[in-house]
Amino acid sequence: MKDTFFKRITLFSSYLTIGFLILIVFSIFKEGIPGILKIGIKEFIFGRYWAPYLDTPQFGIYPLIVGSIFATLGALIVSIPLGVGTAIYVAEIANPKLKEIIKPFIEILAGIPSVIFGLFGMAFLGPLFVRLFNISTGLNLFTASIILGIMVLPIISSISEDAISSVPKDLREASYALGANRWETIIFVVLPKARVGIISAIVLGFGRAIGETMVVLMVAGGASRIPKSIFCPVRTMTATIAAEMGETMVGSLHFKALFGIGVVLFIITLISIMLSEFMRLKKV
Amino acid sequence: MRFLKFLMFSLMVLSSISLYGKETKIVMTGSTTVLPIAQRIAEVYMSMYPDVVISVRGGGSGVGITALLEGRTDIATSSRKIKDEEIKTGREKGIFIKEIEIAKDGIVIIVNKNNPVSNITIDELKKIYTGEITNWNKLGGPNQPIVVISRDLSSGTFEVFKEIVLKNAKMSENCLMLASNNAVSSTVSTTPWAIGYVGLGYITEDVKPLTLNNVIPSEKTVRDGTYKLSRSLYFYLNGEPKGEIKKFIEFTLSETGQKLVKESGFIPLK
Repeated sequence: MKDTFFKRITLFSSYLTIGFLILIVFSIFKEGIPGILKIGIKEFIFGRYWAPYLDTPQFGIYPLIVGSIFATLGALIVSIPLGVGTAIYVAEIANPKLKEIIKPFIEILAGIPSVIFGLFGMAFLGPLFVRLFNISTGLNLFTASIILGIMVLPIISSISEDAISSVPKDLREASYALGANRWETIIFVVLPKARVGIISAIVLGFGRAIGETMVVLMVAGGASRIPKSIFCPVRTMTATIAAEMGETMVGSLHFKALFGIGVVLFIITLISIMLSEFMRLKKV
Repeated sequence: MRFLKFLMFSLMVLSSISLYGKETKIVMTGSTTVLPIAQRIAEVYMSMYPDVVISVRGGGSGVGITALLEGRTDIATSSRKIKDEEIKTGREKGIFIKEIEIAKDGIVIIVNKNNPVSNITIDELKKIYTGEITNWNKLGGPNQPIVVISRDLSSGTFEVFKEIVLKNAKMSENCLMLASNNAVSSTVSTTPWAIGYVGLGYITEDVKPLTLNNVIPSEKTVRDGTYKLSRSLYFYLNGEPKGEIKKFIEFTLSETGQKLVKESGFIPLK
């Protein structure tokens, strides 16, 4: 009796979860697809200008896609070495006591709200870079990448650490028995074995970084252009939606185009999640 | 923000409870620019007439007007003039929009405190924002590239700036787009060669306001129209105001109401 009751409750909650997903996807596509079709798929994806304020508005999101991808790649360049490095240290080198100290710190980093990261970038890191590199503005791709990288770091380090820890002990022992030292064992035995887990951690980090909104809205500068250098301000897809949705006339083409950006963003994150799930399945 | 939402939610709950009494309820939705004015006036009005409940919500000018067109609000607050399309949509639904100007606001051009430039013309502004002028030496300043800062495309402030300065010209791709008045003013204060624009109420001591065509931005120059970069703030209603709403609007336009407008950092009509 009790058993079936709990079964039903859990079944209901999982259906509800799936239901929410379907509802969200449906509502985004319902507004977004007609918008994209009206603008024209090619014009929408490859158009160079995002200028909805003109009398003949232009809705090209190419610079926004480029902005999102560059900021995300920048974040990965920051977070992969740091994240994987932390994971190796925690899983392989640190003694258990130290491990217990480092891990909670990583968890705290993961729990900091993104708006706090944004404030940090806007008020501290940006002005610091202006003085340090003698650039005209601190709100740019570089600053955004570093902050996004710090945000993604906990995801990459904790999932990589799981992957490294789950490498069987006898593989390491076999390596030591063959005369390899600790570094050789880590680099040639442990990391290749944990490769799939680490890559799926990176892909998850990619998905997190490309979907992040608050930080890029506050720190990336918001110029909708193809950046010429890492110190150029950029605008991402997420920041565009967040900044423009509030005051847009509901049902207008601008409104639908913003949902269209949502569709593109959804497809990109869907691909990255599928990629990481696929790799995890392949591992088993 | 969450606190605000909580506040609004509790206000909504309270106001729905109070419906059981004989209280009258007025719902206002719309512009975040008008929000501080609307809240202040509603507070005072409710303390004067305890049997009236006014719920004030933000969301943006577009959100407010849509709510009005869908019958979900009594008053739509807006920091921009209603669009022809919106009036047309309303007419199709049998809603005839009534516009009431409640306050004025000026948009001030600001630069970093250490910038020697002190005046700018609307024509120069247009050239800066479209990317035709990119260096301060064209404006009598030093040989330094201009960091151009704008508000997001759908903010009411941008809307006015576009109407008066840009007209229908395409903005330079190099413009930084920031999400709030505060973000613009703090960025200008930390970026040596930046230029930006904010509402008159957002001027701080950390930035330097420029005169526009040699007119100092002030309450007086905005009201008499000599300062060109100004806008009106509006209430939009469905038809002529009646009953409690009429009383509320009369209060807003009264001397007391306009004093509250001034207290909220905006410019009263008289």
